[in-house]
Amino acid sequence: MTDIPWLVLMIAVPAVGAAVVAALPRARDLLAKQVTLGVSLLVLLLAVLATVAFDPDGDRFQLTTSVSWIPDFGAEFALGADGIALVMLLLIGVLVPLVVTASWHEADASPRPPRVFFAWLLLLEAMMVGVFAATDILLFYVFFEAMLVPMYFLIGSFGGPRRQYAAVKFFVYSLVGGLIMLAAVIGLYVVSTSQLGEGTFAFDALRQLDIDPDVQKLLFLGFFIAFAIKAPLVPFHTWLPDSGAEAPIGGSVLLVGVLDKVGTFGFLRYCLPLFPDASRFFAPFVLVLAVAGILYAALLAMGQSDMKRLVSYTSISHFGFIALGIFAFTTEAATGAVLYMVNHGIATGLLFLVVGMLIARGGSRQIGDYGGVAATAPKLAGAFLIAGLASLALPGTNSFVSEFLVLIGSFPERPVFTILATLGIILAALYVLLMYQRTMHGPPRGMPLADVHGGDPTPEADPARGGASAATATVTAPAPVRDGSRFADLSRRELAVVAPLIALIIGLGVYPQPLLELIEPAVVATLGDMGVSGGTDR
Amino acid sequence: MTLSYYLVLAAMLFTIGAVGVLVRRNAIVVFMCIELMLNAVNLTLITFARSTGTVDGQIIALFVMVVAAAEVVVGLAIIMSIYRTRRSASVDDANLLKY
Amino acid sequence: MPAEGLLAASWLLIALPLAGAAVLLLGGRRTDRWGHLLGTATVVAAFVLAVACTVQLAGLAERSADVELFTFIATGDLDVTAGLLFDPLSALFALLITGVGSLIHVYSIGYMAHDPARRRFFAYLNLFVAAMLLLVLGNSFVALYVGWEGVGLASYLLIAFWYTRPAAATAAKKAFIMNRVGDVGLALAIFIMFAQLGTTSYAGVFGSIGTLAGGTITAIGLLLLLGACGKSGQFPLQAWLPDAMEGPTPVSALIHAATMVTAGVYLIARSAPIYDLTETARTVVLAIGALTLLIGAIAGCAYDDIKKVLAYSTVSQIGYMFLAVGLGPAGYVAGLAHLLAHGFFKAGLFLGAGSVMHAMNDSVDMRRFGALWKKLPVTFGTFGLGYLALIGFPFLSGYFTKDAIIEVALDRDDVWGWVLGGIAVIGAGLTAFYMTRLMLMTFFGRARWEDGVHPHEAPSVMTAPMIVLALGSVFAGALLVAVFPLSGWLEPVFGEPEEAAHVVAPAVIGLVVTVVMAFGVLAAWLFVGRREVPVTAPVRVSPVTRAARHALYADAVNESLFMRPGQWLTRALVWVDNRGVDGAVNGLAAGLGGSSARLGRAQNGFVRTYALGMLGGAVVVAGALLAVTGG
Repeated sequence: MTDIPWLVLMIAVPAVGAAVVAALPRARDLLAKQVTLGVSLLVLLLAVLATVAFDPDGDRFQLTTSVSWIPDFGAEFALGADGIALVMLLLIGVLVPLVVTASWHEADASPRPPRVFFAWLLLLEAMMVGVFAATDILLFYVFFEAMLVPMYFLIGSFGGPRRQYAAVKFFVYSLVGGLIMLAAVIGLYVVSTSQLGEGTFAFDALRQLDIDPDVQKLLFLGFFIAFAIKAPLVPFHTWLPDSGAEAPIGGSVLLVGVLDKVGTFGFLRYCLPLFPDASRFFAPFVLVLAVAGILYAALLAMGQSDMKRLVSYTSISHFGFIALGIFAFTTEAATGAVLYMVNHGIATGLLFLVVGMLIARGGSRQIGDYGGVAATAPKLAGAFLIAGLASLALPGTNSFVSEFLVLIGSFPERPVFTILATLGIILAALYVLLMYQRTMHGPPRGMPLADVHGGDPTPEADPARGGASAATATVTAPAPVRDGSRFADLSRRELAVVAPLIALIIGLGVYPQPLLELIEPAVVATLGDMGVSGGTDR
Repeated sequence: MTLSYYLVLAAMLFTIGAVGVLVRRNAIVVFMCIELMLNAVNLTLITFARSTGTVDGQIIALFVMVVAAAEVVVGLAIIMSIYRTRRSASVDDANLLKY
Repeated sequence: MPAEGLLAASWLLIALPLAGAAVLLLGGRRTDRWGHLLGTATVVAAFVLAVACTVQLAGLAERSADVELFTFIATGDLDVTAGLLFDPLSALFALLITGVGSLIHVYSIGYMAHDPARRRFFAYLNLFVAAMLLLVLGNSFVALYVGWEGVGLASYLLIAFWYTRPAAATAAKKAFIMNRVGDVGLALAIFIMFAQLGTTSYAGVFGSIGTLAGGTITAIGLLLLLGACGKSGQFPLQAWLPDAMEGPTPVSALIHAATMVTAGVYLIARSAPIYDLTETARTVVLAIGALTLLIGAIAGCAYDDIKKVLAYSTVSQIGYMFLAVGLGPAGYVAGLAHLLAHGFFKAGLFLGAGSVMHAMNDSVDMRRFGALWKKLPVTFGTFGLGYLALIGFPFLSGYFTKDAIIEVALDRDDVWGWVLGGIAVIGAGLTAFYMTRLMLMTFFGRARWEDGVHPHEAPSVMTAPMIVLALGSVFAGALLVAVFPLSGWLEPVFGEPEEAAHVVAPAVIGLVVTVVMAFGVLAAWLFVGRREVPVTAPVRVSPVTRAARHALYADAVNESLFMRPGQWLTRALVWVDNRGVDGAVNGLAAGLGGSSARLGRAQNGFVRTYALGMLGGAVVVAGALLAVTGG
């Protein structure tokens, strides 16, 4: 089993799938969707098989593949996964099929053919797998930048009314960060040339380097800024609310659920092991950003009237917790941070998906346009509540375990920062419950707009619906008309999207140990690289 | 010291050509000035070839002449077509390619 | 010691109601017809199991049983095992929760009979029972925390059960958030325990708590107290509890009177080994208990909403319990006895209030009640017994348990003992006043009913639980204090009860309290019973009354200290983020765009400009070459 190049397959399958979907004739949109779903399920299967083949107590990097790529630079097409990367690959595997299902009709109303949407989605999946699986820094950089392209087109072609602005903002922010990182990658190459005699980009060789502390600080900042923009930490965050709000729902889920995790993943994989002295030096500074982000973004989330922007801000707040966990330098906190990355993808993914389902019915992103939805759509309200509770880290949901681990692990090392971060859980309750109360509770207010779906809001009812103008018109439509008609509850397709995520939220909330066992050895190895032993001294 | 005479002559020719390119408006004249500069360079090349006793410079000079001939063909054709559409051979009138 | 036999299956106590909730929530409308029966059956089954477990526990030599279930979170030095601890203290609570819970489930069958969402109601109630049992049965502070927030969720769902009413939705949110403030304290206490002791299990923490510095122990004690105040509606986090009465009345009875709000008392009693070591934290507990006792009693005197009076009464009675557990070893037992007795009579009172509302078209305004004793004889009888038990009528429950608390306070034999005892006695007088006022306005006097109201007695499915609870109200106190002393049962938890030398003889205390109570009743009769009750509340009242009507301005303080500044801060930050942070970035982008447009002007289209540029460039390059090579 271990001889099969699982990671290469996980990149190749969606990439080839993307090409196939893009090449399908125009009239075969349904086939394109089915192929996309099939391919993404195949990737999930591959991810599960790769996890089975992975031995948590074995080597740090497993499932490795290495092919000479640019021999002149010593760059290799090297893939491999540790426990941290593996859980992220699992998350990608789980999220993409659900996103495909949830986006089944997402692009129907777009002027561009739906198969293009799904082709970009699959290409994005391939790039995301690549970025987590790369063990060669140049290769990582290439995937890091290549990932932007499909996302740019998903936002720019299929997004909301301000999609052009959002797409360009997303691209420019990420590109600036990426270029700074490229400089640091080259700097690392130069250092490796002078120390090893021969330049290399291989992670395993680079982490053995003994870099001068001042050089470390510069290179650390190069990587850190790129990752802080990606994650994003305050004050590099303002692109996320725009992108998260304007992207199509599937795009938002993958953007916040997976793409942004590259930033926090990068902190843990690259910043800490490669630049241990600089990491320690900058840790207080990063923690200030992290804790400020937790509180600042939570307060901002409360002030939003646009649901998708609100969820984006909550994510910024959550990324503060992840950064806190990583830069506290304890096993418990860092393990919690990695688990947080997975759990946040699931919980916020569900929140975005449910918000998307609500918007698909109401045609408005404004909280104020809704009210009393629970009365006519109890399943939708239930899913919304569970997603919200997971977002505020209620015990019994997966997020509790990770948030608890981050906080309890950070406390012995950084009590003041942790106490401030803990206040964030009050704010989390506020922003979630405020949104829930305003949309789901209260007297039913009917559809915010005149029934946009021609009497049957479930898209299944009419697959041949032309609808080219329906959804685009809804967003710009003028004053909402309340006609008192009922919100439809979740359709079967939507239930199929929501149910697995709810099951994961509760399952991982009650029994997180399997994931923790997968993550912990990798975290111990990572912290070992920077000289932190497997636990806190007491 | 014969070398410097040739070089000074070449420099003068080049300067005349450069100034002509910069100040004259008639496209034909500008074109001639470019030719003047090319030939000034040719003169320099041949001078150095002569003084070092190698043929490299002469070979390059031949290359320059070939390129110049080709350039004349293309350039004159462009000037002709501009003149046909605009009834003018002034380079200042052909200023569409700007910000 | 590891559990055997039935005790090993005590996890079923939690699993049964949880399964009930899951079936009812996932089953959807298919379970509408029998959902309430299933919901009741699971809790009754849990009660039977709890009784059986308690009997087995009583037979054990060590009277404590550990049930290890599975590894919940283990990484690094942290090792949290999901496990249960069945000892006399948790057994007591398990019996209270499942016992009163069963009665209230039965009552709800009748009370919610006409509600289309009855199935959902039972699902939430089951969820609550499961979470509450986890809270009291867990063997670590983490398990307690999970249950702690779980009951918070159930409380949220149940307060907002009629979510189409904005008041209910807002009250639910308020309850959850004020609880969360307390939860932060609990969470931080757990963090300190892990940082200092490396464990969060009761056994581990209590075993090594003595090794810590006094300041750390005090910090833990105060943080735990913050959590307890949030959950139990104690000062300064008391404002959510009266609002929580927006929920259906059985919810008020079960969650906001008998069980969940007493979780704070449980937490402090459970953490007795911590509080035993910190005089400071215990003093704060005392102060909060005494203060809340008075706040609740004063506010209770002024409200006209029958449920809110009972709610403030709950706040006040839990103040008694805090006062008791703050008194140290002797007080734990007194506080818990009062807690159990209170569970009976307050649940009974709420169910009675529910029955009254049921009869009065869901009105809660006591000014529109009156003369109901003839129409609702069973309700009147049970409610009356609960009333007598609450005000401490001799030889009913409240008499024994409240006197015990005052006794322990006086046994301190110092100034503070007299002050606290005095406050408790004054509280007893106030309790008698507001409860008598409630009785008089509701059941006696002239009928002031609104048009179209035809009071009728509730069906027997509702009255039966009320009768059982009324019996409990009558006998629980005597049983717990005199016949089967609770101190003996709880000995494994709190240690051997020492026979204190009483400063004041118990009989004297009983007499004094009875006299004060009689004064309260008399005062109520003078102010309320003698005169006609106006159907609208008088506007021209003394400042004291006005302050009491606003619950001593707790909401106003919260609003002006936290809510408004918070809203203002949020708005300001949104502006800062859009204009400041994002503005800086967009400004940079605009600046770059502008300068590139200006630079573009250089491309003026004149050939010679370009030629000059080339020449200039060539000269610069040549000059640079000369400078490098020649220089």
